Amino acid sequence: MSSTSELNGSTSLEGEESPLLDLLNGFIVELRLAGLPVSLTESLDAMEAVSHIPIEDRDAFKYALGATLVKNYSHWKSFEIVFEVYFSIRGSEYEIQENELENLTEDELSEAQHQQGEAPSGGGAMSGLSPEELQEMLFRALLNGDQALLRLLARQSVIRYAGMEPGRPVGGTYYLYRTLRNLDLDSMLDRLMNESREQALNELTQLEERLEQDEYKNRIDELKKQIESEIRRSLVADRGVEAMARTLRKPLPEDVDFMHASREEMANLRRSLYPLTRKLAARLARRRKYGRRGPLDFRKTIRHSLSYGGVPAEPKFKYPRPSKPEIMVVADISGSVAAFARFTLHLLYAISSQFSKVRSFVFIDGLDEVTRFLEGVEDIGEAVHRVNTEADVVWVDGHSDYGHAFSVFWEKYGKDIGPKTTVLILGDARNNYHASQSWILKEAHHKARKLYWLNPEPRAYWDTGDSILGEYATYCDGAYEVRNLRQLETFIEKLV
Amino acid sequence: MKDTLIQVDYRFEDVTGVRSGLSDVSYLADDGIAGIVYLADRLAKPVLIEGPAGTGKTQLAKSVAEMSGARLIRLQCYEGLDESKALYEWNYKKQLLRIQAENETRDWNEIEDDLFSEDFLLSRPLLEAIRAEDPVVLLIDEVDRVEIETEALLLEILSEYQVSIPELGTVEGNQVPLVFLTSNGTRELSEALKRRCLYLYIDYPDLEREREIINAKIPGMDENLADQIARIVRSIRQLDLKKHPSVSETLDWAKTLLLLGIEKIDADVATETVNVLLKYRSDIEKAIKEFADNPDSIEETEEEGAA
Repeated sequence: MSSTSELNGSTSLEGEESPLLDLLNGFIVELRLAGLPVSLTESLDAMEAVSHIPIEDRDAFKYALGATLVKNYSHWKSFEIVFEVYFSIRGSEYEIQENELENLTEDELSEAQHQQGEAPSGGGAMSGLSPEELQEMLFRALLNGDQALLRLLARQSVIRYAGMEPGRPVGGTYYLYRTLRNLDLDSMLDRLMNESREQALNELTQLEERLEQDEYKNRIDELKKQIESEIRRSLVADRGVEAMARTLRKPLPEDVDFMHASREEMANLRRSLYPLTRKLAARLARRRKYGRRGPLDFRKTIRHSLSYGGVPAEPKFKYPRPSKPEIMVVADISGSVAAFARFTLHLLYAISSQFSKVRSFVFIDGLDEVTRFLEGVEDIGEAVHRVNTEADVVWVDGHSDYGHAFSVFWEKYGKDIGPKTTVLILGDARNNYHASQSWILKEAHHKARKLYWLNPEPRAYWDTGDSILGEYATYCDGAYEVRNLRQLETFIEKLV
Repeated sequence: MKDTLIQVDYRFEDVTGVRSGLSDVSYLADDGIAGIVYLADRLAKPVLIEGPAGTGKTQLAKSVAEMSGARLIRLQCYEGLDESKALYEWNYKKQLLRIQAENETRDWNEIEDDLFSEDFLLSRPLLEAIRAEDPVVLLIDEVDRVEIETEALLLEILSEYQVSIPELGTVEGNQVPLVFLTSNGTRELSEALKRRCLYLYIDYPDLEREREIINAKIPGMDENLADQIARIVRSIRQLDLKKHPSVSETLDWAKTLLLLGIEKIDADVATETVNVLLKYRSDIEKAIKEFADNPDSIEETEEEGAA
């Protein structure tokens, strides 16, 4: 162990007043506020871990904290943001200046030296460049994949284009948007592609072209990330660590609202769906295997009682018949729940690949069975596409009409509901003031094993406006608010 | 002398040491991996490794064992694993023989005391790992396959490095082995288990590292070809597929190309050999559609490939 790390160890562990300890404490508190479950032992582990790491090594420091505090990969992103906010002001500034001298080419070097001289004043380097020259440098840097120069340019673009105003309480996205709009990275990509087409000896095949494009896209994404963290860094410097951490706080993946999920969040949700249904299937199977206690077998008990002289000393039980769950899912895919509907379709697909007997129905004001689209299809994208285009769900005007959809359901498929069937209805029960036809649910409830309603709306909005969930819910075994993965998981646990 | 000191104290000098040590046994670790292995040693804590299949989770444990010259003890988890398979078991046959042999001559109480002594104890992987005299690395593979109740078996050994046997008392370990647990994430592990471990997520490697891995694992690989392979694999991973190609599949593909004597990958080569990389028909079709020069000729080339 080197002497420096030993020193760090003693300061961070024993020195009660040490700034590192304070910083770490604040950091952990912020992680908890962001929703990460950090226990006391874990925070102690983290303190011990960093004492073994030389603090100058920012990456090692980050991994040490990550390994001890974040035990779920889906939380890693939130961790990274908090980490950046708390520890970014330290370290990385120097990093840039060390690298730039080594890596820059001749004519950029003078710029760099210029920059180094002025660095303390907030890096007003390269300010002499015209926008065209900056654009040109950016182009070269992207073409050559020059990391150090890119970092420098990211910084410069933020200074130049973001138009940061000190003390203004806006989030980073506004500045990010402004910076990116000025850089116009889309046309940059075209230019890069043209350049590499010209450089190539022969004409590029489609494969090569694709690979080049992916490479450049990657570099541009990298640049965007640099810009983003540059903005964050300046914001932290301006407004202080805690204020910034508060602004950046985002829900964890399991708390993201289905209805308001961004594109990226949606993709994450979809990815988390599979493990969830697999979990559900596994738990069902285990139940069947170990729950070996059926009802009392009277005949068998009496027969065995003969060996005890007629005293039924040893009760015998029937083997439980393994119940194969039959699930019928009826999902609203109308506009009012559009975001949820997209998710619903993925959920349907995931469920149908895990259970043997799942029938899926979608409706707006008409209703159609979509089991055939989802079963045995390997590609979920295609399945969803077919449901969206081929399913016959519009009856009159394409506004949800739960009443009519239910009557179609009852007419065509009602006879298939049996005592083993669990019926799940997904929707917000916003019926556009049509007739509710809630007697259907009452009948279905009689015939089915269980009838549940999952609503993507917050509970407070139920029964407001044209929502008539209350009326339907009287005939359900339960109506649940399912707005995020966490709630879905709780429901699934209840179901099994 | 120095060696023993390191054994008793810490196994690894610093993070760079771990990293270079691992690359000597041709495991290319990034900073995160090396750093956490190093920490695991310093903090005497197990490492829980998660990540997509085929990214070298199990291999990491093996490589660490190889690098530190330790014996690898492996516990493969499966549904229905119990303590007699994981921790210890009494050797019933031997106990029975003992009873029969000495039934006449000795007092029952004496025999009974003898019966539950260490002579009759069969060590299973977990107990063996902490009782071993030589350095060991313990690998608990696919821990997500055991039931959540069975997980509790691991807790004592992972935090205290000891095993409590009702008949015998607590068996203390002779050493604190490096412990690696791997999980494919088919279910959420319990909080209690996670709390005791350092967490390491091994994702697909980035372009740079994948290229290095190809070069390190396949001698005689042309640098340019390796670069091309890594790029194509990266692009394929960006598609929305059912299963993305793992590192081991990348290596398989690279080997295939090497065997076929291919120096430069074009669309035809890629379409003909992509089934090494991707295992689902829908994935293969999607990839070909994305990369082939002429998507209409898919069927044709596929038939050729099959023939």
